[in-house]
Amino acid sequence: MSAIADTGIVAVPEVAAARRPTGRLMRTALGLWRTRIGLMLVGALVAIAVFGRFFAPHSPTAFVGQPNTQPANLLFGTDHIGQDVWSRFLWGGAQLLAVSAIATILGLVLGVIVGLLSAYSRNWLDDVLMRAMDVILALPQIMLALVAVTTLGATSWLIVLAVGLTTMPRVARVTRAAAQPVVERDFVAAAEALGVARWRILFGEILPNILSPLMVEASLRLTYSIAIIASLAFLGFSTDPNGANWGTMIQENQLALVSQPWGVVLPVVAITLLTIGTSLVGDGVARAAIGIDRGRAAE
Amino acid sequence: MATAPSGSPSGDLLVPAGPPVAARPRRALIPQFGGIWGFVIRRILLGLLVLFIVSIVVFAATQALGDPARAILGRQATPESLKALRDQLNLDRSVFSQYWSWLTGLLHGDAGVSYAAQIPVSDLIDERIVNSAFLVFCSAIISLPLAIAIGAYAALRRDKLFDSASSLITLLFAAMPEFVIGLWLVVIFATTVFPGTLPSITQIPPGGRPWDDMTAMILPTATLVLTVTPYVARIMRASMIDVLESDYVEMARLKGLSERTVLIRHALPNAAGPAFQVIAINLAYLAGGVIVVEYIFNYPGIGSALVDAVNNHDIPVVQALAMLIAAVYVGVNLLADIGTILVTPRLRTRL
Repeated sequence: MSAIADTGIVAVPEVAAARRPTGRLMRTALGLWRTRIGLMLVGALVAIAVFGRFFAPHSPTAFVGQPNTQPANLLFGTDHIGQDVWSRFLWGGAQLLAVSAIATILGLVLGVIVGLLSAYSRNWLDDVLMRAMDVILALPQIMLALVAVTTLGATSWLIVLAVGLTTMPRVARVTRAAAQPVVERDFVAAAEALGVARWRILFGEILPNILSPLMVEASLRLTYSIAIIASLAFLGFSTDPNGANWGTMIQENQLALVSQPWGVVLPVVAITLLTIGTSLVGDGVARAAIGIDRGRAAE
Repeated sequence: MATAPSGSPSGDLLVPAGPPVAARPRRALIPQFGGIWGFVIRRILLGLLVLFIVSIVVFAATQALGDPARAILGRQATPESLKALRDQLNLDRSVFSQYWSWLTGLLHGDAGVSYAAQIPVSDLIDERIVNSAFLVFCSAIISLPLAIAIGAYAALRRDKLFDSASSLITLLFAAMPEFVIGLWLVVIFATTVFPGTLPSITQIPPGGRPWDDMTAMILPTATLVLTVTPYVARIMRASMIDVLESDYVEMARLKGLSERTVLIRHALPNAAGPAFQVIAINLAYLAGGVIVVEYIFNYPGIGSALVDAVNNHDIPVVQALAMLIAAVYVGVNLLADIGTILVTPRLRTRL
């Protein structure tokens, strides 16, 4: 029993000291205008994607007028087969956001596990894992997704898997680089000496110390996942070819750009603002982390 | 983290090869020479190993995990037609034997026959490879100097107006997907804002080549340049800052050399290594970027061929193009690593 009490004495102050900077990081990041603008953009587009459908005047698949025209009662006219562009726009963000978010989370979880294992093991396992990551990095992300949908078909879970698995090595590299110095610190050796379970050392002791680079990486990866999944839909690979989806809308209406630009312009604006928003948030967090590090170096 | 007294050991571990660099420099010339070639050979073997594993992944994803016959025939599939197609495609053979005949064929330059076009894959993609290479060449020759200039100048004027402005603009452009940038250009220059200023799709008469009509090259090239330049400029800025903050540049400054001499004699030669990496990143990014950009502008290259082949479930074409793009990717990174080692004495002595 006394050993457990000792664990508390040795490990708790270190972990507590490690967690505090994360709150400080968020406060510092929120003090930067770019983080606030980014959060507003992301918030607005998530709101449109989630709640927009309740304000849609028509069904996203209803025929409401002559194709590619601008009837007076429709805000943004009709699309290539006479559906309401505005309604399809309000419906079209949910799937893109959900698939991107799940794929990013999958990639982050796998990447963090691989990166922590690599940094902690410091032996052949590190080499094997990192070489395996190099193989995935040898292919452009979008190409791997295209190869996967060739035979297996563009189902949501396959796109999530393809984007998640190609996100993994990029996250693993960042995690490994950030965790390597932490692994050498005294509190890790102390936890090892006390016989703390290996997985608790990885996720309880090391992970809290590398959260700030991981948060920067997470927003960067989310930006890229949105880009790839929207690109796949634009290339014609999405789960439901007739469903409203920003990427698919752009593809369908591209040929009618001259006569009816809204079917392309609305989703293009949405994806532009969404990706700019997520990367502004990431840049804000990164700047806050650098600022805190500089301040600490000066202390 | 500030409470940890263990700063120095972790600091030493971050730079493990510090002392040996000073201890090793003027030993024998021949082992060092051998060291470089040893490195080159190891690096080439590693590249080949990566490509071998990529070939397994590509083959497994396209031919082993799913049912190609069903994918090709789609809803019209009947048991008889499925069986006939499987016989024709040798799908009844073992997966290993299918993989082996595909791989050996590929190594002999025979990528099989396109399911959709019924002609050899190489005939289908030969011209398109040249077309894509031309598009990548046009984009690289504009984006590389631009990215290096923006990144280097931003690093020199760190935290000044140019740096802040360029870092914000590159952040915004780096965030947008290629097809979004491409469509903005189409909306602005081809269809809506200034209609008809530039052609929005590449139309090439039979037998013609993309360079016959250079105005049609402008928008695809501009899209790739706008996609790749911000990304590469940011990397260039970061590596230039590393060079400018290094000990030897500080030493040169402390000696009282003029800023001009410091930059040209001390900073620039040491920036060559990072520059190789930047060129490699640029080219590798372009190799992936052509996929979407060619599709937007209907440009007859390997990117649009890949998208068409995926749509048609034309597995031999997908496999060949995926391996081609992977080989370009791996090859470019290989050349960059070797180039970096050759121009960076500090790394060379470590081998």
